[in-house]
Order: sequence, then C-alpha cells, then structure tokens
Amino acid sequence: MLMGLLPVLMIVTVGMRRAHEEREDAQSVGPTLAELKAVGRSADPVEEIRRAKQTRRFPVEIRRPTGPPVIELTEPDPLGRMGRVACTTCHSVRPPNLSNQQPSDLDEFHAGMPFEHGRLVCYSCHNPGNADTLRLADGRAVEYPQVMTLCGQCHGPQARDYRRYSHGGVNGYWDLTRGGRVRANCIDCHDPHVPRFPKMIPTFKPKERFLVTTRDDHTPGLRFGGGTGHE
Amino acid sequence: MNETPSFPPQGSGSPVLSRRTAVKGACATLGLAAFGAAISPLTKLTEDISAEEFLQQHYQELSAKDKQKVFARLEAETKEEYGAEVTIRDDRPIPGTKFVYAINLSLCNGNGKCVEACHRENNHNRQTNESYIRILEMPIGTMDMGKGNITYSHAVPAEGKFYLPVQCQQCDNPPCVHACPVQATWKEDDGIVVVDYNWCIGCRYCEAACPYHARRFNWQKPEVPADEINPDQSYLSNRIRPQGVVEKCTYCLHRTRRGRLPACLEACPTGARVFGNILDPESEIRWLFENKRVLILKEHLGTEPSFFYFFDE
Repeated sequence: MLMGLLPVLMIVTVGMRRAHEEREDAQSVGPTLAELKAVGRSADPVEEIRRAKQTRRFPVEIRRPTGPPVIELTEPDPLGRMGRVACTTCHSVRPPNLSNQQPSDLDEFHAGMPFEHGRLVCYSCHNPGNADTLRLADGRAVEYPQVMTLCGQCHGPQARDYRRYSHGGVNGYWDLTRGGRVRANCIDCHDPHVPRFPKMIPTFKPKERFLVTTRDDHTPGLRFGGGTGHE
Repeated sequence: MNETPSFPPQGSGSPVLSRRTAVKGACATLGLAAFGAAISPLTKLTEDISAEEFLQQHYQELSAKDKQKVFARLEAETKEEYGAEVTIRDDRPIPGTKFVYAINLSLCNGNGKCVEACHRENNHNRQTNESYIRILEMPIGTMDMGKGNITYSHAVPAEGKFYLPVQCQQCDNPPCVHACPVQATWKEDDGIVVVDYNWCIGCRYCEAACPYHARRFNWQKPEVPADEINPDQSYLSNRIRPQGVVEKCTYCLHRTRRGRLPACLEACPTGARVFGNILDPESEIRWLFENKRVLILKEHLGTEPSFFYFFDE
C-alpha cells in the first residue's frame, strides 16, 4: 500500500510506522517530512547529518551478565536439597588459598576446568575477599555485569576498538536516529577461562556451477538438480 | 482515329484486376503478416511473462503510479508462484548517506555465516545455495585472489591461512555499469550499484566485466519454499529475481536504507564487519579510516570500491 508514494515520503513513512510501535518516541524518530523537504538532494551532507542527530537517538544496549554466575547442583546437598548455589555459598565459609593458581592445583571443585588464559591465576580476576565480585588489578572490586572493565585492563587495543565498533558483534541499526543497537559483551564470544575464539566448521557452501561435474547432463541450467531434466 | 486508348480499359463487362490494385493488395497482406509476426510474442505470452511485464518501462522512467502497479503485480506473482505474502517497497537513498563497508581480516575466520545469512536474506535459489559472498581461503603473505580457494570445508581458521570475504565492492568507477548495453544497472546516490531485474537482458557482460566476481546469473528460476521467503523486500534488492537475469549484492538496501545493518554483518560471529555512513564524521567507519591500516582489493584497477579491508596492529 505504500509502494506508490514518493521516495522521500517512503523514508518518512517507514520511520513513522516504527514510531507508531513505540508511541512515546513518535516525535523523535528520524527527520520529519518537512525537514527532508527543506534539505533536498543538494544540501551539504554533513549539515544534514548534524541536523538529523539533533533528534533523539536510540540507545545502544550492551549485553551483560545479570550478576555473579550460579552453579546448578547435579546431586542433592548434605541436607537433601536440589537447586542452584552462588559462589559465596561455598567461598564465604572456605578461606581463599592464594597458593592455588590453576584448576589443576585443586583436588575438589573446579578441578577439571579447562584453563588457557596466559599466565593468569584464579585470583588475578576473582576477588578473594568477595566471591560474588571480580577484582581489578588495583584491588578494587568490580561487579560481574561490569566484567568488560576487567578485561579492558590488559586488552587495551581491543577495548579501544570495541568502543569504536571495530571489534565485537552488533545487531540493529547503523542509523541511531531510526533504531537502537545491541552489542555483544567480551564474554559472549570469549570464554574468560579459554578466551581464544574457538575453531569453527563452515557448514554452508554455495554450489559453484563451474565446479559441478556434469556427467551425462549437458543441459545448461539443470546441473544442480531441481527436479527437472534428471528423470 | 483520335480515340485515345483508356487505361485501364473501361467498358468491358468482366472486372479486370489492375496491376496497381494487385500490388496494393499484396503489400497490405505482407504488411499485415509482418505486423502479426512482430506482435506474436505478445499473443504467445505464457504465465511466465505477462503483457504488462513485457511492456514495463525502465525503473528510472516509472512514475509513482507506475511503480505502485508494477510492485502490486510482482507481489501477486510471488503469491501465485511461491505461495508467499510479500511486501515489495521502493527504498530510495537517504540524503546525506554514502555507505561504506569494511572487514577486519584479523578477525574473520572464514566460518561462512555471512554467506548463509546473505542466502536467506536475499531469497536466493535454494537449489544452488547461491549467495552474494564468497570467502577465499588465502595463504598468508599474498593478496592475489588467484591463490585463494573457496571450497575448503575443514575447521577454520587453518594454519598459515587467512580468509578474504569478497562481495560487491560498490565501486565508484564500476566496470559492470560501464559494460551494460541497456543501462539496466547503475550507481545510486548512496553508492549502491543496483540492477533493474526487469530491464536486464541477461547478456552477462557485467558479470564478465566485474573483477571481483560479484555478479551472479540466474540460470534457473529460483526455488524457495514459501515459509523460507523473506517477505521484507525491495524492488531493487531482494525480491525474487526472474530466470535469466543478473543479480548482485545491494548492501541489503531493503535494510540499510531503513537504517538497519546488513544481514551479513549481523550474522558475523567474529564481529569482523563494520558498516556505516562515511559522510558522517562521527561514524564508526570514519574512525576506522583514521586509525586503521585500510586496503583496497585490486586497487590497481582503478575501480574505487566502497568496500575496504583492514588489519589489527
């Protein structure tokens, strides 16, 4: 129903449709029709962008953990209860042993956990004083949702690139006057204990025409099967 | 004696066919036959090509009203032939926008999720797994595309290799556009090179002219199951293409001209892709140009791409 409208109208209409869905932003989505008309094709692009930016911008949301990790119990605890336990459930009653550096040093709990993160030790990042928080290099505690602050201490170039969108996955809108974005967190892609990005198997391959063996079928356009010409 | 012979002879009882009348008649008959032959394609139109489609004008000549008619016809055809309700829109360039794409070759691991996302987003033929993107597995130390391999299927990244995704570079000096004999392909104001699939004659000159192998030819009528068709379509972009025409990457203009990111970028699990408006001084793509080592594929050809590759330090 919108196809017949002018291109300029089109852009505005798309913006307005979205605005309709988010009623409270109805006045702030994208440039208005009057603005676009006033600008036209010949206007200075940079000026146009500056003008567009004066309208409200949609938020950029960074995915983050909601809190400290919890462990699902695989068998009942001594009182016969199933459920999930927080780090502090155990660590508040067991004093930290700073001589334990790697999972391989442990004889119970976390013992078999894979760990390949340079020469870090457990308490490089985990807070011995409060197991439900992490610890920065200067000793300050940092909450789990702010884990990227911790990563950024050592991985400066990556943190800088991340801030400028040259690192890390993103979904949503390039144009923040039209919609928001959702960005991945460091630990969405990098397991903090084994941070190297895992190897992957490519699962999808285009079938290249010039690489297909044709056997007895020499009919162009039928080489991929498709239900014709093979009976 | 002074009787002048009349010509044609008159007065005779039987009507005589004059030479002039005979020639006139013969010419009229031939002319009618020729006209009939000339319009015979119209009379033989099958369900594949309607009379309206045959007579459709070039996209740039269409008025708003024409477009409305054409898009409605195409939507109805999709419904009839593929059983899917789709919306075909006329997404035009956003004023003050020039799209530029960049890929971080230090991050790309060749997993091919972008290739698949393109396939699904753009309603490609399911029979051929077609996609506008090819990923070349390249030996480290060269940018010679001839040394690349696109058929690798082992775990990636492999030792000693890097991965070079190649798609339409949206050149500012596009050889494909220069090659088209019927102007069925052109460059728009935001930098995207588009094709009017209904104006394309399928000569494939553009495909041969492109140094990046970015153009594809529809050898078959695309087969896409109704429930897999992306209904969010644009006339110059991902609507289902007819058989016998050339198609190409449009930077997902049905998404990007509505402010969204391209499908291949969203699908990338390594976050290697960066997209944005190069005219915006505060855009992420501008920061990249000012701070990264950026290179152009086959720069010596002078195609002036709007597509770049970069490395981390």
